[in-house]
Amino acid sequence: MDAFISSLPGAAAQGIIWGIMAIGVYVTYKILDVADLTVDGSFGTGGAVMVVCMTNGVNIWLSMLIAFLAGCLAGFVTGILHTKFGIPAILAGILTQLALYSVNLRIMSGMANMPLSVMKYNLLLSLRKIPQSILVAGIFVIALIALLYWFFGTELGHSLRATGCNQAMARANGINTERNKILGLILSNGIVALSGSLITQYQGFADINMGRGAIVIGLAAVIIGEVIFGKIFKNFALRLFGVVCGGVIYYVVITLVLSLGLNANDMKLFSALVVAVFLGIPYWKKLLQQKKLTRKGVQ
Amino acid sequence: MLEIKNICKTFYPGTINEKKALNGVNLTLEDGDFVTVIGGNGAGKSTLLNMVAGVHSADSGQILLDGIDVTNLPEHKRAKYLGRVFQDPMMGTAADMWIEENLALAARRGQRRGLRWAITKKEREAFREMLKPLGLGLEHRLSAKVGLLSGGQRQALTLLMAAMKKPKLLLLDEHTAALDPKTAATVLELSDKFIEEGHLTAMMVTHNMKDAIVHGNRLIMMHEGRIILDIRGEEKKKLTVEELLEAFTKASGTEFANDRALLSK
Repeated sequence: MDAFISSLPGAAAQGIIWGIMAIGVYVTYKILDVADLTVDGSFGTGGAVMVVCMTNGVNIWLSMLIAFLAGCLAGFVTGILHTKFGIPAILAGILTQLALYSVNLRIMSGMANMPLSVMKYNLLLSLRKIPQSILVAGIFVIALIALLYWFFGTELGHSLRATGCNQAMARANGINTERNKILGLILSNGIVALSGSLITQYQGFADINMGRGAIVIGLAAVIIGEVIFGKIFKNFALRLFGVVCGGVIYYVVITLVLSLGLNANDMKLFSALVVAVFLGIPYWKKLLQQKKLTRKGVQ
Repeated sequence: MLEIKNICKTFYPGTINEKKALNGVNLTLEDGDFVTVIGGNGAGKSTLLNMVAGVHSADSGQILLDGIDVTNLPEHKRAKYLGRVFQDPMMGTAADMWIEENLALAARRGQRRGLRWAITKKEREAFREMLKPLGLGLEHRLSAKVGLLSGGQRQALTLLMAAMKKPKLLLLDEHTAALDPKTAATVLELSDKFIEEGHLTAMMVTHNMKDAIVHGNRLIMMHEGRIILDIRGEEKKKLTVEELLEAFTKASGTEFANDRALLSK
C-alpha cells in the first residue's frame, strides 16, 4: 500500500499528460463523431519529433510546436484518405497509423528508441521532477482547454460541432462537412502529438511503441470522465476538464492494480476490458429499459 | 427564379436495382411562385427537390437558380440560395446544440465562417424576436438543446432557420408528414406565413391532396419521373380532390397509387 501511495504523484502526472491526449480524442470521438485510430501513430510521431528536434539543438518550445504540426499533418492524411478516397474513418485511421510506424522509425533514423535525458537538456517535465511536471502539465491543460473553449465558440467551431452532430443539416446550412472533418482530424492529432512530446520529456525517451493502444487510453479517459463527471460538468470547458480527470483516474487505477500484483504484461488486456465494459454500459442500460417497457406493455 | 431543364437521374444504373427516378423534368418557377408537388409512390418528388438542393447530381440537364447555373455546385455551396425543411424533423437541426446555436448556424448560411464569435448579443435579441411569432415559447429557451424539443417544435425551428436568410427558393420536402394532424396544420400555417411575409419562392412536396390544393398558387403532379400535370391560377383554386384524381388517371393511364395520399384524402 505504501508503494501505491508513494507512486500516486507519478500516476497523477502521467494521467494529466495522457489527459491532454484524451482531449485530442474527445475532439474526434465526441465532437466530430469519428473514431480516429490515427492517434496510436501520431502520439509516437510527437515523441519522435520531439527527441530528434531537441537532440539537434532546436529550442524546446519550437520543438513542441514542430511535434504539434507533425501530428496535424498525420491528421490531415487521415482526413484526405477519409474524405477524398472515400475510405471509412476507422480504416483511414488504421492506414495512417500503420504508415506512421515506418515514418516514426524514419524520424528516429531507424532507431526504435531514442533517449532524451533531463541531465543533458533543460526539459519542462521529468520523472525526476514530479511536482514540477504536474504543474507544467496542469498549465498546458488549462491553456489548451481555454483555447478549445474559445475555438468551439467561434463560427468555425460551431460549424465543426454541427458537422459532427448532423451532416445533412450542416450541409443544408452551407457548411463544407468534408473540409470540417479534415480540420477536426488535424486539430485532434496535433493535440495528441503535443501530448506525445510531453510524455517523451517526462519519461526521458521516445519509443516506437509508445503510442500503441493510445486510442484505448484516450477513450477510457473520455468515458470515465463522462460517467463520473457527466452529471455535474455540463459546460464545455468543464467537460474537457472531466476528460483530464478521467485520465488521472485511469492512471491511479492502473497504478493500484499493479501494486495489487497485476502482471504488467497483462495491463493492455486489462485496459481493453475496462474500456469495453464502459462502452457496453450505456447499451445494456438501453436494453434493460426496453425490456422493462415491453414487460409493462404485456401487463 | 428556378429553371429546371430536362433533368434526368437514374439510380444504380446497370444493376438489377436500376431505377429511373427523373425522366426529363422541365419546370420553370416565376418569382414568388409557391408550387405544391404531389404524386404517387416513387414518382420522383423528393428526388426532384434533392436534385435542386444538390444532394444528388444530375445525369443530364441543367438547373438554374435566379439565372445562376448550379447544376455542378456541391450541396453546401448551393445552400446559400436555398432554405430546406426535411420530412424527418430530426434532420433539419443539430440535436446536441442549443436553439440559439442552431439559429446562429442558419444565420451564417452563405457566409464565410471564421474565428469571430459565433453568436453576438445583438443576434441573440434578434433570435428572441424571431422565435416569438412561432408561439411555442422557444424565445425563453434559447439555451435549451434542440434534442429536447418535440418533432413539431423542431420542424417549426427548422422552418424559421430555412426562411430567415430569405432564400431564393424554399424547399419543403413533406415537412409535415411525420407530425400529428394538429401540429402539421400549425407548421403548414407557419410555412404559408413565412412564404408570404418573405415573398419567397417555394416548392412543397406533400402527400396530402387537400393541402396541395389549398396551399400555393400552382400545383404540379409527378408520375414516373415526369411532370404530368401543371395547374395554376384560377383553375387551381377551383380544383377538388376528385378532379385531381381523375386528371391523374387521364394523364398517366393508371390509378393514383400513394397509400398515404389516399388514406389522408
